[in-house]
Amino acid sequence: MYTQALNVKDEPAAAGDPVLEARFQAHVDAELKIEPNDWMPEGYRKTLTRQISQHAHSEIVGMLPEGNWITRAPTLRRKAALLAKVQDEGGHGLYLYSAAETLGTSREQMFEQLLSGKAKYSSIFNYPTLTWADIGAIGWLVDGAAIMNQIPLCRCSYGPYARAMIRICKEESFHQRQGYEIMMTLARGTPEQKAMAQDALNRWWWPSVMMFGPSDSDSQHSDQTMRWKIKRFSNDDLRQKFIDATVPQGHFIGLEFPDKDLKFNEETKHWDFGEIDWTEFKRVIAGDGPCNKQRMKQRRAAHDNGRWVREAALAYAEKRRNREAAAKIAAE
Amino acid sequence: MTEQKTEQHWPLWEVFIRSKNGLSHRHAGSLHATDATMALQAARDVYTRRGEGLSIWVVPSNAITASDPTDKDVMFEPSESKIYRHPTFYDIPDEVGHM
Repeated sequence: MYTQALNVKDEPAAAGDPVLEARFQAHVDAELKIEPNDWMPEGYRKTLTRQISQHAHSEIVGMLPEGNWITRAPTLRRKAALLAKVQDEGGHGLYLYSAAETLGTSREQMFEQLLSGKAKYSSIFNYPTLTWADIGAIGWLVDGAAIMNQIPLCRCSYGPYARAMIRICKEESFHQRQGYEIMMTLARGTPEQKAMAQDALNRWWWPSVMMFGPSDSDSQHSDQTMRWKIKRFSNDDLRQKFIDATVPQGHFIGLEFPDKDLKFNEETKHWDFGEIDWTEFKRVIAGDGPCNKQRMKQRRAAHDNGRWVREAALAYAEKRRNREAAAKIAAE
Repeated sequence: MTEQKTEQHWPLWEVFIRSKNGLSHRHAGSLHATDATMALQAARDVYTRRGEGLSIWVVPSNAITASDPTDKDVMFEPSESKIYRHPTFYDIPDEVGHM
């Protein structure tokens, strides 16, 4: 499950070494990967550290809205699948923190940035999961949007990030299918169940569409990340791809999208869609979404309540090492 | 912030996985763990949830000695310039057949 493009401002180009920078760019232009100890411009390092860590935070915070339904999953099969999905999200967070660490920022520093509110995570996780159908909608739409975003990242110029994304994309496909299956089952169930699926789609559609970030015309971004081959497609291109892929899937199970302007354009062969409410997007990003405070409170509590576990594990490892050393001396 | 300074960090481990017998162990990623036993268990949970492996190695990251990428031209130049090390350097008449 991925974050949207948050489109943070580019790092100001520091006065670097022009020879090294030219060599770096030539390397990237030749579609060769950059590895952790290779020389890289400071801006590249900073941009990637921020993007990968925000992506990692999104995976971790993303466990909260779904974890909310594990104990209330309607069947054992659904519960096992949801548990496996949430476990995957934790794993994705770990791959990504590891990838970011190779750029020289420790995991603890990144945790601190998340918990202090300095770092952002995907705005989508600040919406509540009110019914079981929301678990279906998240898998189908949120993970579906994530896949659109993430597939091009498998070719990102930074090796560790690209490798992490390959693993993540493989696992993401299960997430989307299990979500769509939940929606399909509800949509073909009783009228009440179908209404529940429709309600979930109504609430999750626009936030999912917003996951691709601000419109290209409104982007503060220069094309620096494109030049560095971190990003490969524009926000609007990816958004259109997602809408084109998703709308027929929704119609197939008899659901309607909450957009009266949604219409297939015979000329362009794309789905035209209505205006996106960017004020809502900006509000949620800025911290005023329905669940921002709750998510951060839960995340901080999990971190604080886990402290004794982290300390005990270290103490235990230390005790074992000392015991082994003592036994070795005694044996000599 | 004070907690950041006092809380000790778990060491980093590199994880290598053999996906099936006949193949060598391959670097899968890294993780943090307090000792080798924990690193193995975490590697199992994190990197082999879908039948990715039959065997796992975990190695403390600081135990790995790596070549310096800035030296790579000097380090690997000898293998670039000795084309006579490759079979295609030698001309053998077609009539001899596959060799």
